[in-house]
Amino acid sequence: MEKNVAQIALFAALIAALGAIPQITLGFGVPITAQSMGVMLAGAVLGAKRGFLSMLLFLLLVAIGLPLLSGGRGGLGAFVAPTSGFLIAFPFGAWLTGLIVEKLQLRPVALRVGLASVVGGIGVLYLMGTIGLTLALGKSFAECARLVLVFLPGDVIKAVLTGLLVAALAKARPQSVGFTVR
Amino acid sequence: MISLTSPVRTRAQDWPAAAKLGALLAATTALFLLPGLWVQIAALAAVLGLYTLPGRVFLRHGLAQLRVLWPIVLVLLVWHALTGDLPDALRIALRIVNAVALANLVTMTTTLSDLTEVVHRIFAPLRRAGLPVAVIEAGIPLVIRFTPTLIQKGRALHQAWRARSSRRANWRIVLPMTLLALDDADHLAEALRARGGISPFED
Repeated sequence: MEKNVAQIALFAALIAALGAIPQITLGFGVPITAQSMGVMLAGAVLGAKRGFLSMLLFLLLVAIGLPLLSGGRGGLGAFVAPTSGFLIAFPFGAWLTGLIVEKLQLRPVALRVGLASVVGGIGVLYLMGTIGLTLALGKSFAECARLVLVFLPGDVIKAVLTGLLVAALAKARPQSVGFTVR
Repeated sequence: MISLTSPVRTRAQDWPAAAKLGALLAATTALFLLPGLWVQIAALAAVLGLYTLPGRVFLRHGLAQLRVLWPIVLVLLVWHALTGDLPDALRIALRIVNAVALANLVTMTTTLSDLTEVVHRIFAPLRRAGLPVAVIEAGIPLVIRFTPTLIQKGRALHQAWRARSSRRANWRIVLPMTLLALDDADHLAEALRARGGISPFED
């Protein structure tokens, strides 16, 4: 029980910290916000249930007014902004990422986590995010989807990196990840 | 840790948080349901009025928080200008600004402890239904305590990287940060257990 609470809380804090450290740049100069990578990490490392709870806790803290989103944003305004769909998708994205990582027996681990991150961390976030944009902007779903797809290459890179990172973590600390490698 | 609460104390701080949240919910629903550009313009005037009431410091702080909306408003206006429907774009852009400004107003005038109390009350029926909401509630102070710690450790890692490499820190820094978080979680779990632990269905 205590361990679950501690890990859920520390991952929520990790997501906030990833939004606060100086921006990370990829090898070829593309800056990435590590926060959506945190959603994939939470699902893959903590598993579906704890990943979901940890992201839910993160959103709750943003809602009660802590500036935990990247760029020091937060508060209730974040939940009515046009991009709120992406935010609300965080727990569900982490849940699906975790579920796939737990159920899909695929080697190598990097591929398994990478695939799960694409489906959970990108698929769920983009779907809910685009629905949110559609509601806020009064444009059609297809038009909003086109607006969002600009960010797809960067997010695919993040999913690949998450796969590599979690595979390294599973090798160094198999007891720390929420899935078993058979 | 800093929060987004207003730098000046206003009378609204004394109003019950639940009432403010209820009013926000009603106002936001109205913004989305009422048609017409004039509704949004009137709402904007009212919102600006509310921001001006507590004084200049409050107004400047409030407007600074809205600056993040500029890019999306700009995209929206240019996009609609190209398709030739500018009044509609103006209405939608104003609706976004109004909704976010009102929500920020509640955040600025409500303390963290008041909102935590509301969360506790909202969670009560879920707790009675047997859901482990205690996990979430117990997590609130822990995240507030550990976020600055992790940010500090992240910055230290960043500096260590820059001291040893001519290139800038890249994505690999996320791995040691994750390990630090997992280590802290282990220590925290031991410390919690040593102090009596957390009961899953505490009231």
